[in-house]
Amino acid sequence: MAEVLVLVDHVDGTPKKVSYELLTLARELGTPSAVVLGKGASAAAEKVAAYGAEKVYVSEAEELDGYLTGPKAAVLAQLVADKSPAAVLLPSNAEGKEVAARLAVKTGSGLITDAVGVTPDLVAEQPIFGGSVVVSSKVATGTPIITVRANSTAPSEAPAAGTVEQVTASFSDADKAAKVVESVVEDKGGRPDLGDASIVVSGGRGVGAAEGFGIVEKLADTLGAAVGASRAATDAGWYPHQNQVGQTGRTVSPQLYIAVGISGAIQHRAGMQTSKTIVAVNKDPEAPIFELADFGLVGDLFTVVPQLAEEIIKRKS
Amino acid sequence: MNIVVLVKQVPDTWAERKLQDADKTLDRASVDVVMNEIDEYAVEEALKIKEAATASGGEASVTILTMGPDRAVETIRKALSMGADKAVHLSDDALKGSDAVQTSYALAQVLSTLEYDLVITGSEATDSRMAIMPALLAERTGQPQLSGARKVTASLEGTVGTVRIERQTENGYDVVEAATPAIVSVVEKINEPRYPSFKGIMAAKKKPLTNLTIADAGIDAAQVGLASAPSQVVEFSNKPPRQAGQIVKDEGDGGVKIAEFLASQKFV
Repeated sequence: MAEVLVLVDHVDGTPKKVSYELLTLARELGTPSAVVLGKGASAAAEKVAAYGAEKVYVSEAEELDGYLTGPKAAVLAQLVADKSPAAVLLPSNAEGKEVAARLAVKTGSGLITDAVGVTPDLVAEQPIFGGSVVVSSKVATGTPIITVRANSTAPSEAPAAGTVEQVTASFSDADKAAKVVESVVEDKGGRPDLGDASIVVSGGRGVGAAEGFGIVEKLADTLGAAVGASRAATDAGWYPHQNQVGQTGRTVSPQLYIAVGISGAIQHRAGMQTSKTIVAVNKDPEAPIFELADFGLVGDLFTVVPQLAEEIIKRKS
Repeated sequence: MNIVVLVKQVPDTWAERKLQDADKTLDRASVDVVMNEIDEYAVEEALKIKEAATASGGEASVTILTMGPDRAVETIRKALSMGADKAVHLSDDALKGSDAVQTSYALAQVLSTLEYDLVITGSEATDSRMAIMPALLAERTGQPQLSGARKVTASLEGTVGTVRIERQTENGYDVVEAATPAIVSVVEKINEPRYPSFKGIMAAKKKPLTNLTIADAGIDAAQVGLASAPSQVVEFSNKPPRQAGQIVKDEGDGGVKIAEFLASQKFV
């Protein structure tokens, strides 16, 4: 079977969950080869082999972290030319989509983003317009380049050889045009990343103030969840902008989404509508969020949410 | 400092958005259309950079570039009424059904006819939500990609400029720097877009608007349009709206009720 390249999203050699999901999906499309780029890449080899990577292409060239997206696309383009893979899968986060875009231009290929499934004949399924329409698309030109959203496939282990191959790439000046001068990590209180998390707890206008997010965070921590926020809450400065879920923020698709004090305007729904299970707490019984909730509770979040957190702790102990 | 702002006309998010059965493209005709919301922030940022440049004695201009059907002129006028100086409208039936990769080719061709130090656009469009146009254009032009900016600082000494952005990341931000000309996209945290004034609306009607066909812009007809699109829609289906589940009113044990539901679904 033909090779399927998977770009591994990792931090210092520790792959994010979405990478294991992509490798699991790639096993249905061909023989997965992991591509691990940047600082600490070699350390990921064994971990990705456990999820089916027959080959692991590794480069730790400094340019890969020193410049935005261009160098990663250059390495992938070289691998596409050398290995003629059946497809390239990338995580559908901001950087994954941008690397995919540059790779599509470099290789003269078609590109599909935000897939939630890919069939063995490489037809990708994408929800569009906030999930109201589902589209099946195919790449007609070049090598299919497909970005896949987190939580689209349940990751499962399938040990493979994981033969490491060092890749030497050359980078053009254009690949190195945007220099990363500094990377600033803002504290997430040890919570999982929003894009990767299986459970997301989000707060909205009903939370009332920055301090109100304390109870949202507390509930999230009892569930090991990431914390999100509606645009109303981030615009008001109650919670950091990078945690915004919705049309102009992040799109999440977790197993469980708990909306706390969020009315459910269409802009918010566009970012969370494909969540598997949705729970909502809102004092307004007419709030549109209840139209999509699997379980909705009409009540005061300031009493309901702490009680819920307490009950979860009790059940877990 | 010459700035080109890429502005897209999109269906209003509040309207019912549909694909057409015949060619599986977005129905742009029968739906209310607006300026892509995040592009308003791009226009605002361009105007701010222009104002700062002129305040310190420099020269600056803001040009709107839009690809879209004739109707997109409404959106162009809005951007002009906010304060942009002039506009270029690429409109041609041959472009209909172009995907993002083809659109980036067409826009890059138009950009190659313009003189600019910065291209600024919104981080994503509310209809496609791909968020890749800056990356595509950077790759095509060989110019730096400075995308996802929550802050932009641009300076120009003669013809040599430097742009520095704070790029929003998943766990904070990166400071990214490049030489001009550069391709920038902004997130909505960056500023608060102005409303067009009455004076601005009147002035917009007299501002220069250049209409281009694909031939005018040197765009190869074989590389744009639905038939030659590198990604093709095979089929689509309208999904029935999600069914509401159980709605319970809090009787003092609401938190426990939710925990019971979560336990029944094996989340706890």
